[in-house]
Amino acid sequence: MKKRNGWLLLIVGFILSLVLVGCNSSSTGGESEPEGKKDPGTEEKGSGGTLVFGRGGDSTSLDPAATTEGEAFKVTKNLFETLVNFGEQDTEIEAGLATEWEPSEDGLTHTLKLREGVKFHDGTDFNAEAVVFNLERWKAGNKEQFYYYNSQFGDKIDSVKAVDDYTVEFKLNTPIAPFYKNLAMSPFGIASPAAIEKFGDKFMENPVGTGPFVFKEWKRNDRITIEKYADYWQEGLPKLDSVIFRSIPENSARLNALASGEVDLIDGVNFSDVPQIEGNADLQVFERPTLNVAYLGLTNTRGPIEEKLVRQALNYAVDKKSLIDAFYAGAADPAINPMPPVVAGYNEEIEDYPYDPEKAKELLKEAGYEDGFEMELWAMPVPRPYMPDGQKVAEAIQSNFEAIGVKAKIVTYEWGTYLEKANNGEADSFLLGWTGDNGDADNFLYVLLDEDSIGSNNYTYYKNSKVHELLTKAQASPNQEEREKLYKEAQVIIKDDAPWIPLVHSRPILAGSAGIENFKPHPTGSDLLSNIELK
Amino acid sequence: MLAYTIRRILSLIPVLLGLSLIVFFMIRAIPGDPAQIILGQLATKEAVAELTKQLGLDQPWFVQYFTYLGGLFTGDLGESIKTKSAISEEIWPYLAATLELSFCAIAIAIFVGVNAGIISAWYQNSWFDYIAMVLALIGVSMPIFWLGLMEQWVFAINLDWLPTSGREEVRNPISSITNIYMIDTLIQGRFDQLWDVIKHLILPSVALATIPMAIIARITRSSMLEVMRSDYIRTARAKGLRMFWVVYKHSLKNAIIPVLTVIGLQTGLLLGGAILTETVFSWPGMGRYIVDAISARDYPVIQSGILVIAFIFVMINLIVDLLYAAIDPRIKYN
Repeated sequence: MKKRNGWLLLIVGFILSLVLVGCNSSSTGGESEPEGKKDPGTEEKGSGGTLVFGRGGDSTSLDPAATTEGEAFKVTKNLFETLVNFGEQDTEIEAGLATEWEPSEDGLTHTLKLREGVKFHDGTDFNAEAVVFNLERWKAGNKEQFYYYNSQFGDKIDSVKAVDDYTVEFKLNTPIAPFYKNLAMSPFGIASPAAIEKFGDKFMENPVGTGPFVFKEWKRNDRITIEKYADYWQEGLPKLDSVIFRSIPENSARLNALASGEVDLIDGVNFSDVPQIEGNADLQVFERPTLNVAYLGLTNTRGPIEEKLVRQALNYAVDKKSLIDAFYAGAADPAINPMPPVVAGYNEEIEDYPYDPEKAKELLKEAGYEDGFEMELWAMPVPRPYMPDGQKVAEAIQSNFEAIGVKAKIVTYEWGTYLEKANNGEADSFLLGWTGDNGDADNFLYVLLDEDSIGSNNYTYYKNSKVHELLTKAQASPNQEEREKLYKEAQVIIKDDAPWIPLVHSRPILAGSAGIENFKPHPTGSDLLSNIELK
Repeated sequence: MLAYTIRRILSLIPVLLGLSLIVFFMIRAIPGDPAQIILGQLATKEAVAELTKQLGLDQPWFVQYFTYLGGLFTGDLGESIKTKSAISEEIWPYLAATLELSFCAIAIAIFVGVNAGIISAWYQNSWFDYIAMVLALIGVSMPIFWLGLMEQWVFAINLDWLPTSGREEVRNPISSITNIYMIDTLIQGRFDQLWDVIKHLILPSVALATIPMAIIARITRSSMLEVMRSDYIRTARAKGLRMFWVVYKHSLKNAIIPVLTVIGLQTGLLLGGAILTETVFSWPGMGRYIVDAISARDYPVIQSGILVIAFIFVMINLIVDLLYAAIDPRIKYN
């Protein structure tokens, strides 16, 4: 027995010593880590340092024209520049690569004066030729290749020509009211013609623009590194030496990485984690100004939901305030219309259907569904800034519906399948949302609810010829005041038809280390990082 | 032994052919037109026709299969729809990341699992045995996701010993040669970076090792118990041989066969089943590569990803089979 115990002691001792050695050496590692955190790059270059940006997913392409994906634009926004820019935290138009712009009376000709002395990262000149080259490239591609060009401009741009070295002229077939807002969107970043010719199909892995940062390295699903562009035309910018975008898919793990100092800035923060971040002196919270809407789509072609009264009844049944308190930590406002109030043309006079289960029951009775009915309620399987937890929001709405006698069965699918099936009109009701691309009313109302958009983003199959008339008229009108009037009128009809239950406009949360200064999140979700400083 | 090895390798041919056939038909079993599904509702007819042609879907199935098989023999795994790159080129960094992580995880699982099993068996019904087996039970039923987040919380945030996620300190990036970072840093003589890589490996490997470690410990224990009841072990113990020799020289050889089987299966599972660990620790490996491909409807990547993992799985089990024969001379296939 004694011998055995001796062995046991030896083995336990061995394991213990291993553990201790492990701890010991790890803690030395821990001590040396803060030094690593200071970043050798900072000391060598002696200026801005490196910002590590943690986000949920990787980009699939770094050619902004050839993608539709938010994760791609987060990077390309810093590599490419557009002819005109959005404001720092709004979607007003400011000078970009063009310094002046002049629409003609009829809205069919636009003349843009370009900035001189700007060079692409590969050293070639930015000029009118380059702009024409880009426009012609987009025009030659089909919808699969250059989705945004085709959806925002398509055949409406007749031709683009270089008047002189630094002047371009756009000729349109029909006026495009949000012409400049469209031009300011990330997909229309101007790329180096020489690089496009050189890399061909591989341009999406070798992006070359005029932006404040130069592309350096991309390890797929892991990180993208961009570095300061030394010859950037704006003096003193960017302030950082480099930015590394890391993909950290899990929200809690991303926050852990921030808390441990491995990353400096993260997006996609759970609303429920905000108090924890606010309680940590090393961290700070950023709220992105809202430009989104979360809604429960009511597929207008299915069963009882086909009837307007039923859709209105469901609108009366949902308690939006409780949703906001429970799932958005207060960082959201109840949605009344399909677009947030910051968008020009928002109708402030419309009142929401109040939370009133009794009224809802009355309407159901009037529609002949006194005993309620059964339906499916689809829950988004992925978190989005406007919908932090589809399953739980669906459960809350389910119990709201239960209270008026409507039995909703929660259904969910893998994300790709979910979108595909909902788009085919297979869902009775479904959770979804939208983040605006350019802050124009057209980008919400026409894109989400016009009959032309059935099959793309009008998932509810809502069709109203009067709405269609108003929206298409507003789309082509060069007069902003008239447009706003038309949009306001359309919202009144949409409110009454109730194709959705608009739920909330959320303010997506980002978090960063306390040393980050001058970071202003942009409502579109793609942030220009050139002003950020690390203290 | 040589003849056996050759025979085992030859017997893999029908297995691999069957495998390729299953993977091949997976993409064709999707209801509807794959080209249409890949391109989405808004695709033009021309685009669908072009992709149909590109995927070879306009040919009879056996022509398609033999073209595909021919491609496999020349190392052509097709082209990703999402990135437009050759899969055979882009798959390696993901595979390397997964191999590195799985290797560490299985090494931990074997080392801890086998030894815990042995000690538990030797001191059956002792406090060590009870604790180890309760821990093993907890390990088997542990939700990896939760375990991973807890590890991060304890070891990265509170103790600040280890990093939470990723493969390297991104502010001090590793220049990749083989994409297996432990090897890369060694080749370049960057021992500071090697230490970084190891630190990044610890938490995810432990999380990934938990379940196989627990299973291996339990199997080792029961297998050892059985062997230790046999006459020759009783004789060895009666002779007064030390525990160490009895266990590692005499019992383990006989007890290890079922353990090897489990190790083989678990290693295979690690390769494909690491998705949760890869997600929690943002490890850019095969699991996430394939899952991303599924959400992007990138069928060639799904197909080839599964093929590669299945191939490695088959290879690992071949090695395990060969090890049986090497360890136990009684195992012979005639």
